[in-house]
Amino acid sequence: MTLAATATAPEQVAARRDARRGLLLTAPALLWCVVFFVLPFATMLVWSFYSGGGPGEGSLGLDNYRRFFTDASYTSALRYSLEVTLIVTVLSVLLAFPLAWAIATQVRPDRQRLWLMLAVLPFWTSYVVRSYAWLLVLSPDGVVNQTLMTLRLITEPLELSFHRATTVTGFVHFFVMLCTLTIYASLSRIDPRLQLAAADMGASGWQTFWRITLPLAAPGIASGAFLTFVVTIGDFVTPQILGGNNELLLPQIAMLQITRRGDIPMAAALSVVMVLCVSAAYLLLARWITGARR
Amino acid sequence: MRTGWKAALTRTLVLGPLFVFIYLPVAVLVLFSFHDGMVPVPPFEGPSLQWYERLLSSDRFTNAAWASVVVALASSALATLLATLAAWGLARHRVPGRRWIEGLMLLPLAVSYLVVGLGLLVAFSAVGVGKSLWAAGIGHVVLNLPLAFVVVLGQFDTQQARLERAARDLGASESQVFWRITVPQLRSAILAAFLLCVTFSWDEFIVAFLLSAFDPTLPVVILSMLRTGLNPQTNAAGTLVFVLSLLAAVLFELLIKKRGPSEPTGR
Amino acid sequence: MNPQGDDIGTRLTIEGVSKRFDSTVALDTVSADFAAGSYVVLLGPSGSGKTTLLSILGGFTAPSTGRVLLGGTDITELPPARRPTATVFQDYALFPHMTVGDNVGFGLSVRGVPKAQIAERVQAALRLVGLDGFAGRPITAASGGQRQRIALARALVIKPTVLLLDEPLGALDLSLRRQMQDELRRIQRAQGRSFVHVTHDQEEAMAIADVVVIMNAGRIEDMGPPQRVYERPRTRFAARFLGESSVLPGAALGEAAAHVALRPEALVIGLAPTGARALGDAVVQDAVYQGSFVRIGLRHAGGERLLAKVDPRNLAGGLVPAPGDAVTLSVQPHGVVPLED
Repeated sequence: MTLAATATAPEQVAARRDARRGLLLTAPALLWCVVFFVLPFATMLVWSFYSGGGPGEGSLGLDNYRRFFTDASYTSALRYSLEVTLIVTVLSVLLAFPLAWAIATQVRPDRQRLWLMLAVLPFWTSYVVRSYAWLLVLSPDGVVNQTLMTLRLITEPLELSFHRATTVTGFVHFFVMLCTLTIYASLSRIDPRLQLAAADMGASGWQTFWRITLPLAAPGIASGAFLTFVVTIGDFVTPQILGGNNELLLPQIAMLQITRRGDIPMAAALSVVMVLCVSAAYLLLARWITGARR
Repeated sequence: MRTGWKAALTRTLVLGPLFVFIYLPVAVLVLFSFHDGMVPVPPFEGPSLQWYERLLSSDRFTNAAWASVVVALASSALATLLATLAAWGLARHRVPGRRWIEGLMLLPLAVSYLVVGLGLLVAFSAVGVGKSLWAAGIGHVVLNLPLAFVVVLGQFDTQQARLERAARDLGASESQVFWRITVPQLRSAILAAFLLCVTFSWDEFIVAFLLSAFDPTLPVVILSMLRTGLNPQTNAAGTLVFVLSLLAAVLFELLIKKRGPSEPTGR
Repeated sequence: MNPQGDDIGTRLTIEGVSKRFDSTVALDTVSADFAAGSYVVLLGPSGSGKTTLLSILGGFTAPSTGRVLLGGTDITELPPARRPTATVFQDYALFPHMTVGDNVGFGLSVRGVPKAQIAERVQAALRLVGLDGFAGRPITAASGGQRQRIALARALVIKPTVLLLDEPLGALDLSLRRQMQDELRRIQRAQGRSFVHVTHDQEEAMAIADVVVIMNAGRIEDMGPPQRVYERPRTRFAARFLGESSVLPGAALGEAAAHVALRPEALVIGLAPTGARALGDAVVQDAVYQGSFVRIGLRHAGGERLLAKVDPRNLAGGLVPAPGDAVTLSVQPHGVVPLED
């Protein structure tokens, strides 16, 4: 045993060699991430602290952030973004759950995958085009208005487009499909015998649902909600196409800084605010996303 | 699992309205791409292929489409390669700080693409690199890496590990194990990851917009087409993109399910 | 040199090997020495450490302490690829995307052996395991028993100094298992290689081993030729595990040893034959007719549970005793084994 005590345990030698090889393989991807994501992000972060044209010209300080929190157009953009994102997240989950549930429980097992694919087929339309397609439906000359007018239910077209509600509709349309996928994934993994056991012990259908099914589906719901939140809050395309010019959301304001005003540092500051929102959401939801590990 | 008429009824009541909601815009889009009129509003007249003709003869469209394809293929290929190596490194070796590394790899997904694009814009201009399709491509690799990583990593299961162990036992070096056992087994997963990246990349707007100035990609062109109002040409573009993405998605599904039987079966 | 001319005249030595996983001790200072060309069977229940030991021999796990030596050379630090060992895994681990021939020839091809030679040696290996002509077939077409042989051929074709087998026959049904046991024995004898074979099946161990190593909770309980270990086990665990002997305190039979083992086939119920040693009274708890013997569980007056395997012809009136029957027990002297612990 003294032999092993003085020499390096063979375990450690093997472990080090293993780790070295692993790191070598991971290195290219990591490097790319660091050089083209982390560093640019850090650069952007630094820029957000400069007012004016950037590090060369402006002065260092919390100017941009101060401006953000004092200027009504910025704070309202943040508020609209949060409101829209929350509404979209809640609605998407509320609509996706019955859809996923129906496929998981009311359809023959061998047909479930087919139905699921059918349910999310439009997911594969171009994101830009899909948002645009809602204009076809909701604009004054769109399908809904034309149909209602032909049926003589209304005389004037309804103001359905270029509205916050239009943006919400566009978002929900996309994320209902996404959440259906994640919630279905969780639901289909639930061992049906658990539900049978609950019923056997006297639980009613409703109780079984609340105390067995729903908690077990939580990871799928949470991850769907999280993805919805993260993507919605940072999305530019949908509000730009559907939202009109009234209540601009955060990403739109940020883009404006870049394209119209050339104020990159301000755009950077706005982006940082977005990242903080996402981080907060993650910290809140993380527990449910990874929590129910059996 | 309830079957029979009760299930059918629940299905219709629940799935019915939801499916209508989901398919409505796409149906309108596809339908009116064949519309024989200036503005894609009801009533439907046609069918006519004029918008497709006009679209496909438009240089702006075909150039942008080509640019999209090139950027998508290149960035997806690179991202898939890097992600496969990284997945191999993390899944098959005990690397310290694995959680952190995985988290870092997935970070671009969690952060808004606007942030990724803006960061690169700032960084590139600071270094003096101009906007171009190359820049957009680099940005797309950043966005594609997490996607490919997740897909490939998910395919490294214990069965896979056992095959690799057997190969090592028979005398194969690490690179021989990788190229002769791992890659063939993962072939379908790698292809699926590649396809997923392509599908995502060629539809991506923000990063492409921020980083490619005068060589716009397809989504950028489509968005600017919208500036001029409702236009059946846009419908045609959208339908084409939809059909192609759909094909890619179907391919992805088929590939993900295809794993050779490797368990000891039968007696 | 073995009959084929391979250099396999090598002792396999395990020196003070331990393996710790976090707080669990899988192997506790295990040492053993096996002569060249012997068929070693590591026998034990799950969790005994036998698979861990095999894994260390193969180089897949590094020991926490200790060394492994082959022919006097320390191979502890060698990775599996460079060790002169080959393993037949429990689930065979055959490469699904290759044919039978490519699978078997894989080890040769990664060593750069020329293609013509590979084909020849693959054919020879397949013939050895009775799968002549299978080379071109896809792996997916092979049955369970065939896969087992393919895995064996694949490991043997690279002429390993030691062949390691991890519960290779577990997935086969009984008759196939018996057949394969004979095959393994035959091949090992013909080639003169050392085999180290892990199993939890004591019958299998006795059928094929030159040396049985009984393991429990990370330690070697007993080690030796099957007949010796069966007839004269050293520890209580070995006595119980191999042969299902019952254990009584030595005092009950007037023995100096702390415990004695009683072999079940040596227990006699009822009238004691001449020379048998009395054991006193016992109550029958269960009795199961198993064809060639009746398996009777009894509770001894002293409180211990005893197991007897009785020839049905020796039962009073040929009747199987019922639970609750009170009987007198005695034991043939050859069935009493004083234990070391």
